[in-house]
Amino acid sequence: MTRRVVVFGATAIALAFLLLPVVAIFARVPPGRLFAQLGNGAVLDAIRVSAETSAAAQALVLALGTPAAVVLARRFPGRGLLVGLVELPLVLPPAVAGIGLFAAFGRFGLLHTAIPFTKLAVVFAVAFVSGPLYVRAAIAAFEGVDANVVAASRTLGAGPTRTFFRVVLPLARAGLAAGAALALARGLGEFGATIMFAGSLRGVTETLPLAVYSEFNVDFDTALAISALLVALSAALLLALRWRPSLSTSRFRFATSS
Amino acid sequence: MATLALDFALPLRDFELTLALDVERTVALVGPSGAGKSSALRVVAGLARPRRGGVAFDGEDWTRLPPERRRVGLVFQDYALFPHLNVRRNVAYGGPVGDLLDRLRIAHLAEAHPGELSGGERQRVAVARALARDPAVLLLDEPLAALDAHTKSEVRHELAELLRELQLPTLLVTHDYEDAAALADEVGVLVGGTLRQLAAPAELVARPRDPFVASFTGANLLHGSAHETLGLTQVTLEDGTCVYSTDAAEGAVGVVVYPWEISLAREHSTDSALNVVYGEVGSVAEVGNRVRVRVGPLTAEVTASSAERLALASGGKVYATFKATGTRLVPL
Repeated sequence: MTRRVVVFGATAIALAFLLLPVVAIFARVPPGRLFAQLGNGAVLDAIRVSAETSAAAQALVLALGTPAAVVLARRFPGRGLLVGLVELPLVLPPAVAGIGLFAAFGRFGLLHTAIPFTKLAVVFAVAFVSGPLYVRAAIAAFEGVDANVVAASRTLGAGPTRTFFRVVLPLARAGLAAGAALALARGLGEFGATIMFAGSLRGVTETLPLAVYSEFNVDFDTALAISALLVALSAALLLALRWRPSLSTSRFRFATSS
Repeated sequence: MATLALDFALPLRDFELTLALDVERTVALVGPSGAGKSSALRVVAGLARPRRGGVAFDGEDWTRLPPERRRVGLVFQDYALFPHLNVRRNVAYGGPVGDLLDRLRIAHLAEAHPGELSGGERQRVAVARALARDPAVLLLDEPLAALDAHTKSEVRHELAELLRELQLPTLLVTHDYEDAAALADEVGVLVGGTLRQLAAPAELVARPRDPFVASFTGANLLHGSAHETLGLTQVTLEDGTCVYSTDAAEGAVGVVVYPWEISLAREHSTDSALNVVYGEVGSVAEVGNRVRVRVGPLTAEVTASSAERLALASGGKVYATFKATGTRLVPL
């Protein structure tokens, strides 16, 4: 009996600890005022910057990450090392990522570019931290496609390109979508690398998380409103992930399609 | 009919698969798992590249062609149907569907997805899809292995009929000698990447080149027509001989008798064995310390000393007897 009390008590404390900060964001200020704060000019600018940079970063990640994942899903010598290198940014401290981007693309960096403190710098920072999440999920999705099914397509007269679009991509779709949603969620919250590499210029590089930080000292209610928006966006992405069509070939999934 | 000519060497993990044979009708490659059977099909389909040699069809060299430009219909062991497409679209992927759904009796499943089908149904879809490609060569990888015992005999019968109808050079692989003997005109025994012997099924049982082939090919398979009499099943063989079995069956059957179940004698004995075949001694082949003797349609296996005692090498007629309880019937 006492053991059950301890277990349930620990669970309740853990849940409360995780949920309380999220609940507090919505509890402190009435929802109506939270919503009104979003009309604030600084907030609207941050929403625009976040939307633009996230969309651009996501496009970059999908366009380059998908072919990379196709290649990395094959077996070849040195593949493990390569996959490890791709995944490294996932565990890198954000500040280190920011410094690294500077060292590579800064005016005095390896490539001598004028990218730092521009909108493109935000896109780079976001893509740098969110890309590996997508690539990792995409590799798993492509690896999950039955090699015999791909071989069957070839023997049935479809070349590699046609096989990719008619067989590989449809079968990997659910996994790719999950990876894209995860990457988008991670990118929307990107803070450390962005503030170091792109700065926090309102209307140019100040994304929603950066705006939370700058409003924190100026107008706590606005900071709360932006946070509430980010919580809602994250929750929506999480729900989309949970409710995506099942990866399994269950009959229920197929019974309803034509 | 055009010929599929194989002559290649393909390095595998533990050994090299070397194969040189011509496929005109139906050839079955049998052997234990890991003998390189499936790899042989992959080379013909263009899914594996041999180290030396290659594949030619009707004099046209296929060796450098990618899979999509060879006209092969490959039926995978696990069928490899497209899970995201329904039956009709799976078949249409290979080419025009035409009457294939009706021919393979899957028209009522046209809108179903592979996940909803039974093993036998999936197999028919896989065959229909391979045929939609209008293949010049048919390749079957363990076509009966994934089926349960009941479905298997039915599908084997259907498949045998289909192969007869199609008249395509067909290469199939199986680990089951009985399946090979029932479906193919020629059977090749593949062990460790090497073809030990290639011959007609009856020839393989009668004159196995080595003990492995002998133990692997195992049984005599005779064709006959069954009907029930007196609580037993009487089977009239193609040559008119009648044999009995305790297995129940009706109509066209295969009679399976293992060579070591058959006794030979110079005189008619009156023991309990019900089945007697009286015939001329055909071939006599030594396999290790045993001797395989052809008597009429049967191959018997006796010890070397018995063969000597009966003076089998000098020919003449002998009685081959075997028990009804040792005679198995398989529907064909």
